[in-house]
Amino acid sequence: MNKLIVSTSPHIHHKEDTASIMRQVILALIPAGIAGVWIFGLRALSIILAGVVSAVIFEWLIQKARGVKITVLDASAILTGLLLSYSLPSTVPLWLPVVGSFVAIVIVKQAFGGLGRNIFNPALAGRAFLLAAWPSYMTVFAKPFDAITSATPLGLLKEGKAAELAQLHLSYSDLFFGLRGGCIGEVCILALLAGAIYLLARGIISYHAPLAFILTLGLFSWVFGQARFFSGDFIFAVLSGGLILGAFFMATDYVTTPLTTKGHFIFGLGCGLIAFVIRKWGGYPEGVSYSILIMNAVVPLIDRYILPKRFGIK
Amino acid sequence: MKKLIEEFVKGITIENPTFALVLGLCPTLAVSSSVINAIGMGAAATFVLLGSNIIISLIRKIIPNEIRIPCFIVVIATFVTINEMMLKAYFPELNASLGIFIPLIVVNCIVLGRAEVFAAKRTVLPSIFDALGMGMGFTLALVIISTIREALGAGKIFGLVLARGFEPASVMILAPGALLTLGFLIGFVNFWHIHKKTHKEIKKVGCDGCR
Repeated sequence: MNKLIVSTSPHIHHKEDTASIMRQVILALIPAGIAGVWIFGLRALSIILAGVVSAVIFEWLIQKARGVKITVLDASAILTGLLLSYSLPSTVPLWLPVVGSFVAIVIVKQAFGGLGRNIFNPALAGRAFLLAAWPSYMTVFAKPFDAITSATPLGLLKEGKAAELAQLHLSYSDLFFGLRGGCIGEVCILALLAGAIYLLARGIISYHAPLAFILTLGLFSWVFGQARFFSGDFIFAVLSGGLILGAFFMATDYVTTPLTTKGHFIFGLGCGLIAFVIRKWGGYPEGVSYSILIMNAVVPLIDRYILPKRFGIK
Repeated sequence: MKKLIEEFVKGITIENPTFALVLGLCPTLAVSSSVINAIGMGAAATFVLLGSNIIISLIRKIIPNEIRIPCFIVVIATFVTINEMMLKAYFPELNASLGIFIPLIVVNCIVLGRAEVFAAKRTVLPSIFDALGMGMGFTLALVIISTIREALGAGKIFGLVLARGFEPASVMILAPGALLTLGFLIGFVNFWHIHKKTHKEIKKVGCDGCR
């Protein structure tokens, strides 16, 4: 790209490219990973490493096999591996993230033509495959600082074992700091928010999709979450699942979300609605990953109807 | 004779009902979860295809053009009924596992398609070879898909356990596994065709073509 010469006018050049954006997103995800390892132990670290390393190796192998330019250095495979292993429980066997990386990189990303041409978020599609293929591993979660396994707060809620926070022996601060059962990267809301604020401040992601996602899911859970209207728990709904990870790091992926600001907003709205429907009536306790995947499929439609205004046209 | 063999071979290769014509996907996706089911389904479809092709090519001159589809369906349904009764009598287990998909051969687009585009226009002998080729192609495609699905999704082939330590990915014997496998196989077949075609063209043009 260095040889690209456009015209004589003075152009402002910005050093930002795919690799630098990917690096900053990875940087923003690191606190959540450290928190996950601190909460679930070194086992979580080995799963993260397995996911990342295998994703990079698969990307290199498939690009070599396809005979295209090898773009492992743009760090997108590292990000995919990272997001995939963040959305796995810490108790899974080590080959599970490797298979997930294979599905994510080879089938979902490279079979569709590589970075920029994939319809679905590779990490989430890899997770969806693992959940359908080995449900017995994917639905068992470790208790924080403990080898005992337990269900997630949402899972307990779904099974009817608890109706409200007090019965779960959890407080909002437990949820906020991540002291609950769940996937490696989703539990510590504080660390995720720190990363999200960094990305928002650097202008890498826009707030529209995450905001619409979180507000829609929270409001619907508040209004319709319990048997009586307006008695659901807004904060619990927002903090208890993979919502923060999904909203800030997956619903803002450049490739698989709409192009316009208005489109982002509709994308987030749809995600929130579908996630709520799955949580409330679906077979799984958590629906954030599926909601993003379903909305990924709708993105071409959104982009078709939400057209950006051309400059100078009233 | 050479012509007849060509009719037979094209059903397996360039006009393969599953990978090239992409017909009859409903039974393909539904029953390819085990190799035994796939062979049973392929054999049943081949039998119906053979019977309907023979009868339709025999009576093709007396079928009025306006109502040819109902006529085809009556012939096909007859053979499907014979087929179903035979399965019930001699292979009750297979009949139970294939279930509704045996009666559904009546509306299988491979059978109706061959009646419409081939048997209704040709004599008996080519129709027989066409039916056998198409039936073989369909069976072969089903066996390939089901081998992949059963091996990955259940860790077995023909019900025999392949490797002890292997934990099967149950998604492969569910519906998404069928679509994934079929998609990849069609992709590979197309890739192979394109590869072969470009290779041939390069040979024809030679290195001088680029100068």
